[in-house]
Amino acid sequence: MVAVDPTSPFSGGALLGDRIRMSDLATDPGIFIRSMASRGSMGGLATTTKEVLDVMDRFGFEHVLVETVGVGQTELEITSAADTVIVVLVPESGDAIQAMKAGLMEIADVFVVNKADRPGASRLAQDIRQALHLRAGAALRDVPAHHGVDLAGVARAARGRADGKAGPEGAESATPGAGAGWEIPVLTTNALTNEGVTELLGAIDAHRVWLEASGALRTRRRERAGGRVRDVVDRELRHAAWSSTATASRLDAGLDEIEAGTATPYSLAREILAALLR
Amino acid sequence: MLVAKPGLDGHDRGAKVIASAFRDAGFEVIYTGLHQTPEMIVSAAVQEDVDVVAMSVLSGAHMTLFPRVRELLEEAGAEDVLLTGGGIIPEEDVLALEQQGVGRLFGPGTPTTAAVRYIRDWFAAKERA
Amino acid sequence: MSTIEREVLSRSELDALVREREEELAELRALLRAWQEADAATPKRDALFTTVSGRDVKPLYTQLDRADGSDAEALGVPGFYPFTRGPYATMYRTRLWTKRQFAGFASAAETNARYKYLLEHGQTGLSVAFDFPTLMGYDSDHPRSLGEVGVCGVAISSLADMETLFDGIPLDGVSVSMTINGPAIILFCFYVAAAERQGVTPEALRGTVQNDILKEYQAQHAWVFPPEPALRCIVDMFDWCSVHAPKYNPISISGYHIREAGATAAQELAFTLRNGFEYVERAMARGLEVDAFAPRLSFFFDVHNDFFEEIAKLRAARRIWARGMRERYGAKDPDSWRLRTHAQTAGVSLTAQQAENNIVRVAYQAMAAVLGGTQSLHTNSMDETLALPTEKSVRIALRTQQILAFESGVTNTIDPLAGSYFVESLTDELERDALELFEEIDRVGGVVPGIEQGWFQQQIAASAMRQQREIEAGERVVVGVNHYTEGSEAIEIDTLKIDPSVERRQVARMAQVRAARDEDAVARALAALTETCRSDANVVPRILECARAYCTLYEIRHAMERVFGAYKEPVFF
Repeated sequence: MVAVDPTSPFSGGALLGDRIRMSDLATDPGIFIRSMASRGSMGGLATTTKEVLDVMDRFGFEHVLVETVGVGQTELEITSAADTVIVVLVPESGDAIQAMKAGLMEIADVFVVNKADRPGASRLAQDIRQALHLRAGAALRDVPAHHGVDLAGVARAARGRADGKAGPEGAESATPGAGAGWEIPVLTTNALTNEGVTELLGAIDAHRVWLEASGALRTRRRERAGGRVRDVVDRELRHAAWSSTATASRLDAGLDEIEAGTATPYSLAREILAALLR
Repeated sequence: MLVAKPGLDGHDRGAKVIASAFRDAGFEVIYTGLHQTPEMIVSAAVQEDVDVVAMSVLSGAHMTLFPRVRELLEEAGAEDVLLTGGGIIPEEDVLALEQQGVGRLFGPGTPTTAAVRYIRDWFAAKERA
Repeated sequence: MSTIEREVLSRSELDALVREREEELAELRALLRAWQEADAATPKRDALFTTVSGRDVKPLYTQLDRADGSDAEALGVPGFYPFTRGPYATMYRTRLWTKRQFAGFASAAETNARYKYLLEHGQTGLSVAFDFPTLMGYDSDHPRSLGEVGVCGVAISSLADMETLFDGIPLDGVSVSMTINGPAIILFCFYVAAAERQGVTPEALRGTVQNDILKEYQAQHAWVFPPEPALRCIVDMFDWCSVHAPKYNPISISGYHIREAGATAAQELAFTLRNGFEYVERAMARGLEVDAFAPRLSFFFDVHNDFFEEIAKLRAARRIWARGMRERYGAKDPDSWRLRTHAQTAGVSLTAQQAENNIVRVAYQAMAAVLGGTQSLHTNSMDETLALPTEKSVRIALRTQQILAFESGVTNTIDPLAGSYFVESLTDELERDALELFEEIDRVGGVVPGIEQGWFQQQIAASAMRQQREIEAGERVVVGVNHYTEGSEAIEIDTLKIDPSVERRQVARMAQVRAARDEDAVARALAALTETCRSDANVVPRILECARAYCTLYEIRHAMERVFGAYKEPVFF
């Protein structure tokens, strides 16, 4: 497990407190928990979280869980790191639906409303389901079709059949092999009593099965790999561009010209780029 | 840095003040919570790859807890981790524990700045070596 | 207002009185203006003129600070509603406060010897300090107890240990206070069973068990079960004691630990009383008549450094409690309105540097407790920042109380500071602050929701950080620590060492107890207890049976945990 907490913008330090909630797992030899401070990274992960995940994967851990800094409109980097994205909300989130603008609705593969015993929990779950249906109703090709999906059934069926075809599990079962979409389940749980956790595991397993059977896993991983390559190239390009003393001094001198009105940021940039690309 | 409360004692005002103070001083601090066994503390220290383990002991059980954690750290190959801390620890016990490889221990009334300075100095010396 | 001695005044007499009064006030205002000019013209020391809690204190309080009209009612007289001036009419004129020094260490036998020493030297009530394993519900031979047996209190793992603890000390002759919370109900039953063995029935028992689980979740963290089952057990005890042990206090609703964790005086006051009201509500929800249990609810407050703030806090506490009990909960018995309290000088104010200075700190704090009207007092020993106290330092702490009681003269009259402009203003202010905090607690949904959301914990942690910053910035002087540090070098005080063989001996002792008991009786008693936990029936009789069968503390706790579960701490900074 990797648990990410925010770095204080004032001191650069961080209080990493996710481990506390898992202290009874501390001596289980099959579990490894690592806390990371975001260190200024704004997407919800630390700058090197993906590399840590690589290491954990190669080391042979069967399941790797990442807990991000938070859930908001900008902390979406998790999609470029995880195969299955679970968004966990609580009834006290108040304006949860408001908060769930384009970002969260797009990235979740599974929704969980925790603290199921609290007033407002089932209402929130209902609201999320409604919002998902509304989204699905829009004419967007990538939106998963919404049929009732018996998750456990899908998982069972797909595991039981090497050919990936689903059995007749019910009137509206999705057929993973046929390229049908993934219906995003909305579950309620109570972490203190473990209520709903088995179903959550089932949903995660089912999603995995669907990913593999539908080819989506490969697609996503290719996209993510492509993204990481782009990130590294971008980073290196930036570094290469700005580490050149020639560029730095051209920029410096250029600022006087901009001030004097004999150059604009655009003309200066074009000049610098031309020099670099020569 | 790992801040830990070993044993059954639940008085954590000091541990929390230290954790916050070190965070404000720019450290990344992992707080273990209460009721940690030495095994849990060392397991966390190793997984988190910390430089320092700081334990808060007010219950009088320091002569058992500090040596045990030191021992387990050695066994886990983390002998270069600084083991420090504070609480209610008489001076002669502080000296005895230093003989056993425990770092400076900070009693009541220590300003948090002194603790921060101690660890920064220790780290600088370690880097130079 | 001058005393009106005649019953009927004529109109002109009334007018004359009013005119006189107005003249007095005008004179006072003029005097005050003159003072304010002098004040403005005089340079001030560079210091924080706030209490340790951060409350601003004005340089001068006068008659004008007193609220009009409510004086007689709000102040009252001692022994009568709202008890601001004292819970009893005659207070220390009739009976001094109980000198109750908290003690306990190593084995029951050694603690028994310390108790006899203290009783010989004039202590008037016993107070039991348990070791951490016992406080957390673990037997001395449990793996989690390693290194902690007998180290900061006495190890009690079964009835056998409790019998040894009070060997030769007749339990119908001395009142015993037990400081235990998570497994309090179990230790209480050990105590009742030990008394039985001495031939003493529960009706004769006098004393207190702390048993205040709400403040554990908020501050001290010595819990076992989650909140709801823990509260059920507490109400079970209220119920059982109201019938079988009517002279016994089944709870000591505590502010001490909340204060020590970092809270301000107002927070200590508010959280404690609100916890108290929560227990009242729980018991009433169970169907208990408020007057059947409320008279035996007792309290426990801290006495910190700020002399006047602490006095005002105790006075405000009595008034708030009385008003709540009568107005809100409809209690009819004055004993239900009457807040009785134990007090302890603030451990957190002691310094390791120049430890002898602590004797002075404790003396001032003890005086505040007495001027605040406490019923029972523990004074800390000077070496407690280093270790458990030695006999010598405990004796000095006891002498501090005796000098206060017999030489200082403060006990000659009741609530001597009443009417002081400053003290009455402070009392009113603290009451107002507490009522505001009650509203905030309501807004987060109440005590248990507040605990679950970490509201109390965050309030306390924030106050703790503020105080730390004030000290580190040198704004608040701590003598010997951040100022006047000459003499703060090596401390030449003998400290108490706990013999490491205590653990070994205790483990051996437990083996003996297990060998000598009837295992069938043990199994039956534990099974019956688990069943009762599942039901609505009162658990106390079942635990008593377990105690008599020499079930151990952990065995009993485990039997209950199988139904109740264990508490997992949510951490908040």
